[in-house]
Amino acid sequence: MKYLLAIYENEKNWESLSEAESKQALDEYFAFTDAIQKSGNFIAGEALQPTTTATSVRIRDGKRLTTDGPFAETREQLGGFYLVEAKDLDEAIAIAARLPSAKWGTIEVRPIVDFSQSQG
Amino acid sequence: MKDVPSILARTHRADYGRIVARVIRLMGGDFAAAEEVVQEAFAAALQQWPREGIPTEPRAWLLRAAHHKGVDRVRRDVRLAARADTLETRARVAQDAAPALDEVDWSDAPDDSLRLLFTCCHPALGQEAQVALALRTLCGLTTEEVARAFLVTAPTMAQRLVRAQRKIRDARIPYVVPEVDALGERTQGVLHAIYLLFSEGYAATEGAELLRVDLCAEALRLGRLTRALLPHQAEVASLLALMLLHHSRRRARVSADGGLVLLDRQDRSQWDPEEMTEGLAQLDAALALGARGVFTHQAAIAALHARAARPEDTDWEQIAALYGRLCVLAPSPVVELNRAAAVAMARGPEHGLALVDDLEASGRLTEYYLLPAARADLLRRMGRGAEAAVAYRRALALVRTAPERRFLEERLREVLAAT
Repeated sequence: MKYLLAIYENEKNWESLSEAESKQALDEYFAFTDAIQKSGNFIAGEALQPTTTATSVRIRDGKRLTTDGPFAETREQLGGFYLVEAKDLDEAIAIAARLPSAKWGTIEVRPIVDFSQSQG
Repeated sequence: MKDVPSILARTHRADYGRIVARVIRLMGGDFAAAEEVVQEAFAAALQQWPREGIPTEPRAWLLRAAHHKGVDRVRRDVRLAARADTLETRARVAQDAAPALDEVDWSDAPDDSLRLLFTCCHPALGQEAQVALALRTLCGLTTEEVARAFLVTAPTMAQRLVRAQRKIRDARIPYVVPEVDALGERTQGVLHAIYLLFSEGYAATEGAELLRVDLCAEALRLGRLTRALLPHQAEVASLLALMLLHHSRRRARVSADGGLVLLDRQDRSQWDPEEMTEGLAQLDAALALGARGVFTHQAAIAALHARAARPEDTDWEQIAALYGRLCVLAPSPVVELNRAAAVAMARGPEHGLALVDDLEASGRLTEYYLLPAARADLLRRMGRGAEAAVAYRRALALVRTAPERRFLEERLREVLAAT
């Protein structure tokens, strides 16, 4: 079963890190990615640029509205994600708990809908 | 001849959880489907038993019936499903399991009950949903009974249960006993859910309590079950001890007119000696297992009260020390307030008052009536009646429940009469 691990954290935290600290955090991320690739859990994973680069798009009354900024202003922002394969929620939670950002942010674990499995 | 509905009701109450626990495994972890087939089995019994006679082993009959219905259902699903591979596996598992049913062996049922317990109390479910699911499946309460217990309507509770069951299925919460490295943490979650249930029942001394299912009794049942399932987990024994010791005082805790009776004024002959003995034995067992947790300390405090034949025999110095350690283990202003009360009993009200003053100065308990109430009580005992009256009035402005309000009003009258 596939799960999305959505990484929410205060993006300002990254700016406030010293060079050494930010290198260490990145190294931890590389090691994590490496480990879940080896274990076969990794499907995809990306880091997002900060919300200052975000643009929101909606269609209302047939008109396209494009605005600067993220969908919602929140204390923690979506900063990246992993898509993983796990046998059940416990395994997905265990992987999420190993994410470096779990120590300062929040990882939301969401099961992916499997349309090929849909049944009555 | 005994009547079928009452036997079924009794079996439902005693064995529903065990039957569901077993069938969930057959249904590949599908909670909702398992509950449905078990309910179908009970419905079938209600129809067939009056005609065919009551089976010698009602539980085994129901399990067998649920099992067959489950197998049928899995096979039907296989026929219906567009992609059959995973379901076929399930059907094969179901068929393999079917013959074993002829010699129903309940000895491995505890494993299933344990799986069910950990699934119900999975931290990915909301705390209220955890307790509701445990009551519904492990204790065999009907949805209506669970709804009454939580003072919500049956449709609301049904929705809450369905949502939890859907999450178990859709997020694939596993139907397993956690691995050893997670067992301690997950056991804490289970204990917390049981304790919540117990506290809910224990606090409900007013209002609609006559309508309520006896939540304390259900919590004790779950506690005993958990204790039997996890015999080596020390904190489980501690929690069971704590609940038993508190529960043993239930008759003495409420006066004839529904008022709250504090520990020092309780008629100790009303304490239930059997539960008290069992509670003390469980605490000994917990300590022998090396228990040193929050529940252990709370149970040890309750045990010191239980061992005192009269209020003046209470070992307050020990109790104050235990509260002191609780302040470190699980810091909370309420625990600190209890510690202050114990210190006052052990060393005199002025020592307690100093701690209450510190707590008040920290500003952490400003909305809680017990802080001014404790202060008032200490001032009263020190003979500072006028100040006590001020504090009682402040407590009365914050108190929420009727028995506690009556208690404070009575004390206020006492100090006003004395000054």
